[in-house]
Amino acid sequence: MNLAEYKGVFVFAQQVDNEISGIALELLGKAKELAQPLDTQVTAVLIGSDVKNLTSTLAEYGADRVIVVDDPELKEYRTEPYAHALASVINEYKPDIVLVGATAIGRDLGPTVSARVATGLTADCTVLEIGDFPLQPVPGKEDEQKHNQLLMTRPAFGGNTIATIACPNTRPQMATVRPGVMQKIDPVKGATAEIVEFNPGFTPNNKYVTIKEVVKAVSDVEDIMDAKILVSGGRGVGSAENFKLLEDLAAVVGGTVSCSRAVVDSGWKPKDLQVGQTGKTVRPNVYFAIGISGAIQHVAGMEESDVIIAINKDEDAPIFDVADYGIVGDLNKIVPQLTAAIKEALANK
Amino acid sequence: MKIIVCIKQVPDTKGGVKFNADGTLDRGAMLAIMNPDDKAGLEAALRLKDQYGAEVTVLTMGLPKAADVLREAIAMGADKGILVTDRVLGGADTWATSTTIAGAIRNLEYDLIITGRQAIDGDTAQVGPQIAEHLNVPVISYAQDIKVEGDKVVVQRQYDDRYHILEAKMPCLVTALAELNEPRYMTPGGIFDACAAEITTWGRADLKDVEDSNLGLAGSPTKIAKASDKVRKGAGEKVTPDSPEDAVAYIVGKMKEKHLGGL
Repeated sequence: MNLAEYKGVFVFAQQVDNEISGIALELLGKAKELAQPLDTQVTAVLIGSDVKNLTSTLAEYGADRVIVVDDPELKEYRTEPYAHALASVINEYKPDIVLVGATAIGRDLGPTVSARVATGLTADCTVLEIGDFPLQPVPGKEDEQKHNQLLMTRPAFGGNTIATIACPNTRPQMATVRPGVMQKIDPVKGATAEIVEFNPGFTPNNKYVTIKEVVKAVSDVEDIMDAKILVSGGRGVGSAENFKLLEDLAAVVGGTVSCSRAVVDSGWKPKDLQVGQTGKTVRPNVYFAIGISGAIQHVAGMEESDVIIAINKDEDAPIFDVADYGIVGDLNKIVPQLTAAIKEALANK
Repeated sequence: MKIIVCIKQVPDTKGGVKFNADGTLDRGAMLAIMNPDDKAGLEAALRLKDQYGAEVTVLTMGLPKAADVLREAIAMGADKGILVTDRVLGGADTWATSTTIAGAIRNLEYDLIITGRQAIDGDTAQVGPQIAEHLNVPVISYAQDIKVEGDKVVVQRQYDDRYHILEAKMPCLVTALAELNEPRYMTPGGIFDACAAEITTWGRADLKDVEDSNLGLAGSPTKIAKASDKVRKGAGEKVTPDSPEDAVAYIVGKMKEKHLGGL
């Protein structure tokens, strides 16, 4: 493998039902940053059926070039035709870096493609930067240190440890990235990208599975990843009905209700509202953690919030270890009064 | 029907996380358990066995003590256990792990391979799909329901906002979510069987069609540049107000001070 042949930062521009997923735009923002020190281009790889109308959005969010793989076989996500599409693009265009969202699609597509093109893949990254590997030169082997490498940082052990990983000897350097971690750029209206159409041919084989049915979750809930204020409840809230207290507070502060895994497991709230390692990563301006004990898996999804206000009756709850303001007390008494007090304070402004 | 279930022994990070006095992770104090997603995959295999009759082989890669999870699986109802262990396999990333496990599976007959979606130590979700790729069989990830119809599997595949009902011809590989089911307990008879069961142990020489250059630390394309226990942001203030009114005054005061929520 001649590593020097591999150039450019590529982003898998995930779309579902012909709508670009937010993660694709977040990855473009990051890719633009990574492309600068490498003095290279950002390419979005758009895979689907009748998706050409999406290229302008990708250009506005930072793509210099869009490679479009458009084929009827690619209408709904299935591992094989998508893996064939992305692996063929990699083999043809030889990118230095390929970023994929760590979504339920990307965490299936990424490993399949990385195994097919025989390179490394680092999962669920939260930090990506360009740097040296090894980080410090080994004395006597200074010339073996590689520069301009993608350094990929990710949590492991349920968020208890972090590791920075490189892929020095094979290309492309591949990473999946958690949604909600990287920042989109402000779209540049009217920006254009070079559009390249590429179709490697799709011949169904044993690996093409059949989709018998698509069942969409009926949900009109707001995306908690976009919320500036989250009023989040845990098992301590006690019941589905009692979430009314949190909804009232959210309404007054202009926030959205979210929850911990225990709440989803109890059937009190749908999974779309779950914050944490098996739910969503959020970073609102204010995160109210109400009746949430603060298991490490929950904290991993909300600790980047600007300000965390926790209310819990258990003074030893681990949530107090990450809260900026921790209040030991009964949420059933505090939350309704807090709602009333904030309402009054806002009215008097 | 022949089913292979890939399982992993992991430190129990759920709930039982222990820290040293300096805030670093105390790995020695944590229990070693069967990875939860894998256990759900095993349960799914055992249910297929109950329903249709199947031979269930559990396979793990790890240190010799990983045989414990194989015995646990046999006590739950699995028929055979295979431990892949060899010093040269140590330090493997997901690529080198998947080439190893694929090399072991090439020695076996199978209709269905079930793995967990991800292990709670690494959380990568990569090894299952990568094994499928090396074996050239279809993969269905994130299974929340697995059924067998003739020579096909029918799987509910979870996505962020929907699920697909997918059908694949066997042989194929399915990765299971812990939500799939509630794993059964070991039975007394099963525990007896597990003690008596012989665990097959394979080393490097037993792996089929794998180059040395794809194994262990040396065969891993990804390299760790730095690893550290996470330094958490320190705790802020914690107060225990005398009354709900005091609590509210405290919160509203802080929100005004920091201009939060429009205050």
